[in-house]
Amino acid sequence: MTQSFRLPEGGLIDRSHRLGFRFDGRDYMGYAGDTLASALLANGVHLVGRSYKYHRPRGILSAGAEEPNALVQLGEGARSEPNLRATQIDLFDGLRARSQNRWPSLNFDIGALNNGLSRFLPAGFYYKTFMWPASFWMKYEYIIRHAAGLGEAPRERDPDHYDKTFAHCDVLVVGAGPAGLAAALAAGRSGARVILAEQDSILGGSLWSGSGETIGGEPVQEWIATTRRELEGMEEVTILTRTLAYGYFDHNFVALVERVTDHLSDRPAALPRQRLWKLRAKQVVLATGAIERPLVFADNDRPGIMLADACRTYVNRFAVRPGKKAVVFTNNESGHLAALDMAAAGINIAAIVDLREDPMGSASERAEAAGLRVVPGSAVVGTGGQRRVKQVHIARLNADGTQALAAGETLDCDVLAMSGGWSPTLHLFSQSRGKVRFDADLGCFVPGASAQAERSAGACNGAFGLSDCLAQGFAAGKQAVKDAGLKIGRQAGATPRAGNDDFLPARWTWEVPSDKPSGRAGKAFVDFQNDVTANDLKLALREGYQSIEHVKRYTATGMGTDQGKTGNVNAIGIVAAAQGREIPDVGVTTFRPPYTPVTFGVFAGRDVDGLLDPNRKTPIHSWHEQAGAVFEDVGQWKRPWYFPKAGESMSQAVKREVKATRESIGIMDATTLGKIDIQGKDSAEFLNRIYTNAWSKLAVGRCRYGLMLNEAGMVIDDGVTARLDDFHYLMTTTTGNAAPVLAHLEEYLQTEWPDLDVHLTSVTEQFATATIAGPNARALLAELAEGIDLAPQALPHMSIRDGRVAGIDARIARISFTGEMSYEINVPASCGLALWQALMTAGAKYGITPYGTEAMHVLRAEKGFIIVGQETDGSVTPIDLGMDWIVSKKKDFVGKRSLTRPDMIKSDRKQLVGLLTDDPKEILAEGAQLVERVLPAPPMPMIGHVTSSYESPNLGRSIALALIKGGRARMGQKVQASLANGGTIACTVTGPVFLDPEGTRLND
Amino acid sequence: MIERYLRQSPLAHLGLSGRGQDDGAPAQVRLAERPFSGLVNLRGPGADQTFLDAFEAAAEYALPTAAGASSVGGNTTALWLGPREWAIVDARGEPDAGPRIASRLRAALAGFPAAVTDISESRACIQISGAKARATLQKGCPLDLHPRAFRQGQCAQTRLAKASVLIHLTADESAQGGLAFDVYVARSFAEYVWFWLEDAACEYGANAKL
Repeated sequence: MTQSFRLPEGGLIDRSHRLGFRFDGRDYMGYAGDTLASALLANGVHLVGRSYKYHRPRGILSAGAEEPNALVQLGEGARSEPNLRATQIDLFDGLRARSQNRWPSLNFDIGALNNGLSRFLPAGFYYKTFMWPASFWMKYEYIIRHAAGLGEAPRERDPDHYDKTFAHCDVLVVGAGPAGLAAALAAGRSGARVILAEQDSILGGSLWSGSGETIGGEPVQEWIATTRRELEGMEEVTILTRTLAYGYFDHNFVALVERVTDHLSDRPAALPRQRLWKLRAKQVVLATGAIERPLVFADNDRPGIMLADACRTYVNRFAVRPGKKAVVFTNNESGHLAALDMAAAGINIAAIVDLREDPMGSASERAEAAGLRVVPGSAVVGTGGQRRVKQVHIARLNADGTQALAAGETLDCDVLAMSGGWSPTLHLFSQSRGKVRFDADLGCFVPGASAQAERSAGACNGAFGLSDCLAQGFAAGKQAVKDAGLKIGRQAGATPRAGNDDFLPARWTWEVPSDKPSGRAGKAFVDFQNDVTANDLKLALREGYQSIEHVKRYTATGMGTDQGKTGNVNAIGIVAAAQGREIPDVGVTTFRPPYTPVTFGVFAGRDVDGLLDPNRKTPIHSWHEQAGAVFEDVGQWKRPWYFPKAGESMSQAVKREVKATRESIGIMDATTLGKIDIQGKDSAEFLNRIYTNAWSKLAVGRCRYGLMLNEAGMVIDDGVTARLDDFHYLMTTTTGNAAPVLAHLEEYLQTEWPDLDVHLTSVTEQFATATIAGPNARALLAELAEGIDLAPQALPHMSIRDGRVAGIDARIARISFTGEMSYEINVPASCGLALWQALMTAGAKYGITPYGTEAMHVLRAEKGFIIVGQETDGSVTPIDLGMDWIVSKKKDFVGKRSLTRPDMIKSDRKQLVGLLTDDPKEILAEGAQLVERVLPAPPMPMIGHVTSSYESPNLGRSIALALIKGGRARMGQKVQASLANGGTIACTVTGPVFLDPEGTRLND
Repeated sequence: MIERYLRQSPLAHLGLSGRGQDDGAPAQVRLAERPFSGLVNLRGPGADQTFLDAFEAAAEYALPTAAGASSVGGNTTALWLGPREWAIVDARGEPDAGPRIASRLRAALAGFPAAVTDISESRACIQISGAKARATLQKGCPLDLHPRAFRQGQCAQTRLAKASVLIHLTADESAQGGLAFDVYVARSFAEYVWFWLEDAACEYGANAKL
């Protein structure tokens, strides 16, 4: 198809670079430099979507980020992305896009029936209609979501990859229009580190929309090119185009999204699709420009009805005629500028309908001089045309502009360009918590006091003349460098000069008067994206929603993905007029990030798949993998859970590992246990205060088990600590608690006891640890150990020695978590694999069996040893665990005072006991609830729960540990445990130690 | 000690020698493991001149006392980690550098309220060099790594993606071999950090340097 609306010359497009694209199944051509919107318009396509609620035909309204109508589904399959603004999609060869919210097709859409039913679909109709019965909401919602949906999220996995980076700069300049470029120049020339972020693909912003302007005597296009070259030549200036500053957070933290490859047909695989910049700026210059407002009149939403400045942009930047015959409707000078540029592009201007009685200003003078027909003191009161505007109806206004007199003439046209004034783009300013104020002359909100280290310049600051924009931008750039405290001493040079026309004077009429009674005229849309009309706003007020925040929520004004960029100020003006209040008294709704939607992928960045979270692996991990271990996550560690042989179930593997350990020898990788090196003259005193038991008398070379409580007296950790030297100890912690315990100890050391000479250093990963356990452990170790006397008298249970094992410097601790004779062999981490292999080789004759965490749990449960986090849950004291023997009565320690509180000594606290099912084959579920008697129906009083439960191959039956109210007084009694199948089973309460209560095996 | 070939550096299992792919394009980032670097954690009263003197007498260079500073003497470098904490490193890969440094310091600082702990085995040292090394680290490190903010010799304990790291700028852009950082990370996080760096550097062209 030909680009029949393309101008023969001009524009910032590359006519030598033709691009083919497809929209709604039809093929078109455009040029490099086009957006999807400009390319569609070049091909005469205005109808691009259906509206959200009424499914009205909608066209391209704007030429920028504010676009509420032209939202398209871009791409296909897994790369498809919904709700993208056609006005911001850079055209590339092979682009595929389709319209949204229509079925079966854009031209014939069944949902448009809603428009006919609109009398029954006023604001808030969901709340009124679908409230009852409440259980039906899910069904209603399903249908509503489909009827009022936007685009579709792809169901496939996102095939692209995304980047994230932190960044820092002295001065961030947001927006590369005239003010932003001037600011970047001034800041950059000083030598400051500057980032210039521009959402568009080019620099220059609004300068490309106009025509015939000059800066410093040269055409703006040349000034932009010169400026760009100068900025690019500065080492410390980074220009980021296609980069959206979407959110302004505390401490000058600004989040930007850079679209790295979205605009390319062939996307280099090494490049991320988009990049998230997490930027900390010392100073920020906001040069975000302004957004033109639509006028609110009946049927102001037909395709072909566009913002006046957007028409200018399409003519001047893209060399596209938005139509052949235009009517301009304006309340300010901008409409006249658009009329002049459209006329110059050969568009027939039927009339400029001006709400002002007596249009004044340079643009209207030029329009008059050019012989364009101006209809003053008049309004467009209606439009005609189904899929494209065909006529407009105009009427004269009364003297004070509050009423339309009888309908006047009807003008034919295919474009209606409207301008309702301008709204500074305050989103980032507002997000930074700056306060906005209403400027009655400018008819818009402008920045008030700053809350952060930022300043606004140019149109976003209410300066609409080009000279003012440049001057404010340049001054802001200089000031930002100064405020950043930089003493670089280079000169910024002179401020660029230009003409200074702005859009004033204007006549503020928030809702254009109609010639028909309210409700009889067509819909006058305020928020195009969410289909909110002026009447909806007034209905909300009538129904009692007086606060603008309530009006917003009831009508959904400004709550679409466009966040009310075109509609909010008009809505506030209409609400103020209806309430008879001033706009400043009505206030402004909250601006929320993101400025325009951001895809989820950039937040995930590279934190996906293997990089989702660190997988910590021990130095012996590769051996476990080769042995076919099944791994369990313990914190971030991957620990072998069990080592199944071919064809073995988990239960069979665990049984085999447990039996081998009790009968001969098992070996476990215990590297992950936390280890804290403690040095200093006061180390023993420190341990006394941290643990419940006494440490002063522990001899060098001996180990002791300790329980650690928090201030509330609850158990938070346990482990064995060894005395290596007079003032040197080595503490072990549970695997998952290594970091929290170190933090707990450091907190006490640094904040409570800074006088203690104690230093803590994590040495968890300094050592690889193999634990061998079982009756043959000593025999095996004796073969490999040098320089250590392993005789029971020389190295009894709970002692530690240095020596060598398999030729490796080793520290051997004889401690046991299995109840067996057990040696924990610690070697330098780099030697861990060598040690393990030596033990496996030498242990083969004993049938040495690697065991995982599950077998370890069974082995320790047979002995009634607790696991912190399993038998405890933050509400369990040492007394509850039956571990009074380890709680010193003599000395003070963290948590001691809490242990004597009345609640802590109650006899009905939950206490740790053993539990044996009547049916020895039945294995209780961990977490199963316990009752004394089963009642016919719930509720029934719970007396406790199962904390650990296993099949014990050594006892030939199931065993369990449980916390039961007053449990120790219930020995021998029956309780009932719930089963997963809904039934119950009787169990007998026993002591928690099931095997070798005398400890003869480990003391052997 | 055992035969050296039986010792496994934290990244030995990745077979890094097989990852040094060169597709012709010049790599702007090069990654290398510096295995068996010596790393000793030193605690002590940083405000006590006699302690600082005792260190200097033994090491023949002064402990750095400014935040993020380092000082070099002979084959070791002292990195400032806090007002009372330093890392003494020797990244040449000499066997048992850590225990040697530790025992010398322990002897020299006996009597002070100090602690000397060899943690060489608990850390991996990854060198990242090349023109885009700063940009690569900046992707995961919230500190400002710009040449004006992070200079040669500076060090910091910080975050790289989801790992805690100690980074040390051993050579800046003006150095003969170009820009290079040493990144110290807990041994069990080394594989994660290596893969993360490879992925982050991908757009610049990354090579495993051997």
